[in-house]
Amino acid sequence: MRYLLRRLGFFVLTLWAALTINFLIPRLMPGSPATAILARYHGKLSISALQAIEASLGINEHQNIFSQYFQYIGNTLTLHFGDSVQSFQPVAQIVAQAVPWTLGLVGITTILAFILGTGIGTVAAWRRGSKTDSILPPIFVVGTGLPYFWVGMMLIIVFAEVNPWLPVALGIDPGVDVSFTAIGNILQHAVLPAAALLITTIGSWVLTMRNTMVTTLAEDYIRMARAKGLSGRRIMIDYAARNSILPNLTGFAMSLGFVVSGAVLVEDVFNYPGVGFMLVQAVQNEDFPLMQCLFLLITVAVLVAVLMADIATALLDPRTRSAR
Amino acid sequence: MATINVSTGLDDTAAPLTSGRGKRKNTGGGLLRSIRSNGKAMAGAIILGVFVILAIIPQWLSPGDPGAEIYVRSLGPSAAHWLGTTAYGQDILAEVIWGARPALLISVVAGLFATFLSVLIGVTAAYVGGIADDLLNVFTDVFLVIPTLPLVIVIAAYANNHSLSVLIIVLVITGWSYGARQLRSQALSLRNRDFLQAAKVRGERRSYIIVFELLPTMTSLIVAAFLNAALYSILTAAGLEFLGLGNTSSVDWGTMLYWAQNNEALQTGQYLWATIPGLCIAALGTAFALLNNAFDEISNPSLRPVRRIRVARTSS
Repeated sequence: MRYLLRRLGFFVLTLWAALTINFLIPRLMPGSPATAILARYHGKLSISALQAIEASLGINEHQNIFSQYFQYIGNTLTLHFGDSVQSFQPVAQIVAQAVPWTLGLVGITTILAFILGTGIGTVAAWRRGSKTDSILPPIFVVGTGLPYFWVGMMLIIVFAEVNPWLPVALGIDPGVDVSFTAIGNILQHAVLPAAALLITTIGSWVLTMRNTMVTTLAEDYIRMARAKGLSGRRIMIDYAARNSILPNLTGFAMSLGFVVSGAVLVEDVFNYPGVGFMLVQAVQNEDFPLMQCLFLLITVAVLVAVLMADIATALLDPRTRSAR
Repeated sequence: MATINVSTGLDDTAAPLTSGRGKRKNTGGGLLRSIRSNGKAMAGAIILGVFVILAIIPQWLSPGDPGAEIYVRSLGPSAAHWLGTTAYGQDILAEVIWGARPALLISVVAGLFATFLSVLIGVTAAYVGGIADDLLNVFTDVFLVIPTLPLVIVIAAYANNHSLSVLIIVLVITGWSYGARQLRSQALSLRNRDFLQAAKVRGERRSYIIVFELLPTMTSLIVAAFLNAALYSILTAAGLEFLGLGNTSSVDWGTMLYWAQNNEALQTGQYLWATIPGLCIAALGTAFALLNNAFDEISNPSLRPVRRIRVARTSS
C-alpha cells in the first residue's frame, strides 16, 4: 500500500511538473515568445480568439506571473484549452478526433513489441552461445540505432512505391467513413506505420529481457531445478523467464516516452491522422493552443501508462508491497 | 554473479572494471584492450572512425560549397555525381560528406554535457544520500518519464532561432536523466565499499572521494552513459530537423531528409536522396548502440560471451 501511495504521489508530482514546464517554456525563452505570439496575431484575429490564446497560454498582461500561473492551472484542470487558432473550434474537440488513431496504433504495436521482444529475448538467453544468440541480439542492437522516420520512409519505398501493395499515407482511404465495415481498410493503412514502430522499438525489449535472464539463469534455484530433472521448457518459462520479466515491465514504463516520440515521427511520415501528426501540424501552423493541449495530453497518457505499470509491478512482485 | 566486480578501487585508476582476477597491473590499456577483443565494439569503433575522418577533412573529399545549387536538377547516379543530385541541383554525395561534421558535433557535444549532468546529479545523489538523494531522484524520474520528443518539439516551436547551440542545449536538458539513474544505482552499490570507507577514515574531503575514488571505478558505466546520450542526441536531432524544426538552410542529414520529404522524393523516384542521409544517421546511431552494448558487457561480466563462463564453470 505504501508503495502504491508513493507511486501515486509521484504521478501527481510529475503531472504538476509537466504543467509547470508547459507554462514556463514560452516565458523563459529569450525574447518572450508568448507576448510575441500575441503581437503577431493582433489585428488578424477577433478579440475572442485573442482571449482564447491568452487563456491557453495563461497570459494576461495586467496580471503578475503568479496569478497568471494559477489561472493557467485552473483552466487546464477544468479542461479549458481555448479554441484552435486555425479552425476556431474548441481544441478539446479537435484533439478528441485524433486520440483513437494513436491509441490504436501505438497501443497495439507496443503490446506486440512486448510479447515478441520478451519471447525472443527469452529464447536468446536460454540458448546462450548458440547461433540464435550470436545472430539475433546484434541485429536488435542495430535496430535501436535506426531513426524511426527513416525506417518508415524505407518501408514506403519498398512496400508502397516499388511494389504498390500498401497505402502510403493517411489512416483510411479518403471518402470512406470510419465504421466497423471499414476495418480492413483501416488495418491496411496501419500495417506500415506499425511495422516502422515495431522494428525500432522491439530491440530494447529483446536486449533487456536477454540480459536480465542471463543473470537469472546463473541463480541457484535454476541449478536446483536442473538437479531436480525438470524439463528445459519448464525451467525456461516458469523459473527463468517468470523471474526476469519484472525488470522488463519497469523498463516498459521508462521506455514509453521513447515509443511516443517514435510515434510522433512515424505518424508524420505516413500523415497518419493521430495525435503526433496533429502536434507537428499545430507547430507548423503556429497553432499554440492546440500544441499546448496536445503536449499535455501526450504527457498525461504516458504518466497514466507508467502508473499502470507500477500497479502491475506491485501486484506481481510481493517485495514492493512489503518493502519500505 | 549479478553483482559487478569492482572491488579493486584503490590502485586501479583507469579501468578496474575490465581487469579480472590477477590482472591488476593493466591500468591504461584495459579499456582499449576490451574494445579490441569485442567484435561488436570493434565494428562500432570502425564505423565511428570513418565518420570522424569525414568530419575532419570534408574539404579534401569534396571541395566547394556543398549546399550550392549549381548542377542539373534531379539527376540519377552518374560518374560526375555518384549519388545523383537533389531537386534543387545540389550534389547529394557532397551534402552527405559535409553532413558528418554537424552530426558528430551535435552527438558528441550534447552527449558530453548530458553525461556531465548525469554524473553530477546521479553520483551526488547516491553519495550524499538522505533527503538530497530523494529530491534529486524524484527530479531525475520526472525528467525521465516526460516524453522527450514532444517536449523538444514544443521548445523548438517557441524558440525563435534554430541555431546549433539552441539545439544542443535542448538535447542536454532532455537527455541526461537516463544516465543519471543508471549512475546513481551503481554509485549506491559502491557507496559502502571498503576503499571508500578507508578514504573517509583517512579524512579526505567528500568532493575528493567522489572525484578521485568513486568516479574512476565507474569509468565504463560513465562511457556507456555518454554513448547512450550521444545516440539519443543524434536520433532526436535528426527527428527535429526532419520535422523542419532545425536550421533548414544547413547542410545536415536530417535537413536533407526534410527537403527530400518536402519535394516528395519518395513519390518521384528520387530514392537515393531519401535513403543515403538516413543510412548515415542509422550507421552513426548503430556505431553508438554497438559500442554501448559492448560497454554493457565490459561493465557487467555476467553478460560476456559464454565461452569464458563455461571455462569458469568447469573449473569450479
